Amino acid sequence: MEDNKPQLFKVTVDGIEVEVEPGTTILQAARKIGPEVAPPAMCYYQPLKGSGGKCRACLVRVAAGSAKDPRPMPKLVASCITPVQDGMVVENTTSQQVIDARNGVVEFLLINHPLDCPVCDQAGECDLQNFAFDHGKATTRYEEDRRTFEKHDIGPYIQLHMTRCILCYRCVYTADQITNKRVHGVLGRGDAAEIGTYIEKAIDNDFSGNVIDVCPVGALTDKTYRFKNRVWFTKPVDAHRDCPTCSGKVTLWYRGEEVIRVTARKNEWNEVTEFICNTCRFDTKKTSDWVIEGPTKVSRSSVISANKYRADTIKPDFGKRLAAATYKPIDDKRDTSQLDIQQLPPERFAKLPSANEN
Amino acid sequence: MATKILTEHINVPGIETFDVYRKQGGYTAVEKALKTMTPEEVVEEVKKSGVRGRGGAGFPMGMKWSFLAKPEGVPRYLVCNADESEPGTFKDHYLMKTIPHLLIEGMIISSYALGANKSFIYVRGELMYVIHILEKAIEEAKAKGFLGKNILGTGYDLELVVQPGGGAYICGEETALLESLEGKRGNPRNKPPFPAVKGLYQSPTVVNNVESIATTSWIVNHGGEAYAAIGIGRSTGTKLISASGHINKPGVYEIELGVPVEDFIYADEWCGGIRPGHKLKAVVAGGSSVPILPANLILNLANGEKRLMSYESLSDGGFQTGTMLGSGGFIVMDETTCIVRNTWNFARFYHHESCGQCSPCREGTGWMEKVLHRIEHGHGHRQDIDLLVDVAKKIEGNTICPLGDAAAWPVASAIRHFRDEFEWHITNPQEATQPGAVYRGEMALV
Repeated sequence: MEDNKPQLFKVTVDGIEVEVEPGTTILQAARKIGPEVAPPAMCYYQPLKGSGGKCRACLVRVAAGSAKDPRPMPKLVASCITPVQDGMVVENTTSQQVIDARNGVVEFLLINHPLDCPVCDQAGECDLQNFAFDHGKATTRYEEDRRTFEKHDIGPYIQLHMTRCILCYRCVYTADQITNKRVHGVLGRGDAAEIGTYIEKAIDNDFSGNVIDVCPVGALTDKTYRFKNRVWFTKPVDAHRDCPTCSGKVTLWYRGEEVIRVTARKNEWNEVTEFICNTCRFDTKKTSDWVIEGPTKVSRSSVISANKYRADTIKPDFGKRLAAATYKPIDDKRDTSQLDIQQLPPERFAKLPSANEN
Repeated sequence: MATKILTEHINVPGIETFDVYRKQGGYTAVEKALKTMTPEEVVEEVKKSGVRGRGGAGFPMGMKWSFLAKPEGVPRYLVCNADESEPGTFKDHYLMKTIPHLLIEGMIISSYALGANKSFIYVRGELMYVIHILEKAIEEAKAKGFLGKNILGTGYDLELVVQPGGGAYICGEETALLESLEGKRGNPRNKPPFPAVKGLYQSPTVVNNVESIATTSWIVNHGGEAYAAIGIGRSTGTKLISASGHINKPGVYEIELGVPVEDFIYADEWCGGIRPGHKLKAVVAGGSSVPILPANLILNLANGEKRLMSYESLSDGGFQTGTMLGSGGFIVMDETTCIVRNTWNFARFYHHESCGQCSPCREGTGWMEKVLHRIEHGHGHRQDIDLLVDVAKKIEGNTICPLGDAAAWPVASAIRHFRDEFEWHITNPQEATQPGAVYRGEMALV
């Protein structure tokens, strides 16, 4: 029965080979190798059918299309929606073109983002924060006013901050695929597009709370958790309960002895494994309601895991490179002897690594 | 006299009615195709003709048709893209309003060739009166037995539906058009799958431009080889050019591909030259989204040869010194045109029309527009020029659909060829913001 076994495709991502089933996307193949080569995903969400292709964060270069046709693809492709071919060679962070394109995508996503992380409940578990940290720059070239929207109230449980939205459409797919009736959607066009209900209306559905979990940024947050604490001060614990509407498997977020937030469980890619109902999420916040399973294995993309943002863990010379990029020695030949200026010795600058050095 | 294929009978009074059109030899191609040819033979003729998509991309139409998947038991659709919304292009509008039966005839032949029993004409919503003309023409054709059940007794059924669009530029992109036709938000789809495999209602679909479809009746009547004999090289046949701007005779002209650009602008047969007392400064040769070229480069190639009106010749030199034929929206500008203002105007259009689905286009088009607005209004900085080039580069090629490219090219090309003018705007804001102020520095005017 050897013939019935599906032929596995060999794919190389950043020089690492992996065998995957036909029909797998490049992103999934890269995720199979590990987080080091997995492209970032801001809009793709594996549990949601049809998601992906919008944010362009996961662009990769296909250096060889397949074993049969080893020509490179002319453009960068969105890895989350491009299926692999046998013998495909993919360049993720090994290609300067990809790095440049991602720099561009971060810049585009941030020009109209309020950057209000200090008061945003999502901070610490925000995909955009992680993406910007990995691929962004510390400065901006955008001088114009940032886009703002009229505030809309979408009910007692969910807080909508449209200015933070990156229009990933995840919440739209969630409402389509998990709830039985979608009342919100994308209104308007271009950079005036916004998430909203056409006539101001509460999103009222047993599973509506899941839009909070799928939101990659702080555009949809939990009103019952609003301004209560910072993610990195809370302690996640896996728990379950016998719920008549959903699986009842959740993560409880503790501050001391108090449950301050309930979310669905997420895998290492920040994707919900099982969607939970609103009763579990918003109304059962006592330890006595739950059967505790033990501490949650914290996902790699959370600030509370292994000091993600500590400079020396990921980018040892990030600070120095930033300094080198920002402060360049000025080639000033004017006579400054009369101006009581203390000249900095040139060796001070020589020690800084070059900005272009990777 | 140049060959006319689409506009041969366009000046006959009453050509919009069935009887007059029929008297001029109309619908003979339908009779010929349905009664004497198999669908495969029609596809073969179109392939032989080498006619290329007239909507802008210039993809060979016969090849597009042969890519159509033909699974059993699944309907196939033909959709005519009449959502002509590229600034500077108005040929389809003209063709549909003056000689609607040419399109209907082409639709019948094309649908027969592709095996489609229900075909759609997606017309731009602003052209409501054209929709009424088309619907009237369809009624007439139906009454004469050229549409509906059992056409001409051949057993072939075809229903034609005219669908008004909502007036969004993005709905001219084929997958956004299909989404819109299905009644959804007009967002372009991720490709693959291509429409030829999964298009309208998840069925194999071909989307063609009005002008492409209209040529099929001539091809069926005269044969693909006769069509291929017209034109030059791989640019076969004739093309409708919508000429506008500072020329003596703006309008829609049908030209044989391969006419020198210089002749097209200056000959009395076509544009009739630049308006009196002025000189040619720049040309946007194929609708607002193609790169703008200065006078010397549009008339001559980089190597000094004459540039011709053809797909190859116009794109000669890549984006460094070339442009594209695009949809044939030929916008001519004389020396009174401010390129910065013009670029800002284009950027404003793309900013307004971006669907907002993917981030580079949604954010980048707005950014470019704001920076250009600043430069035009005297608040630009020197680094803005490089910023624009960089933003355009980061949009180009990184988006779902070609709107991102279309937004990036005019900006990048304007800076490539008219950088002096941008710099003048930035360094002389007081002078540049005077009403009617135009850069008068050194440039090649013809």
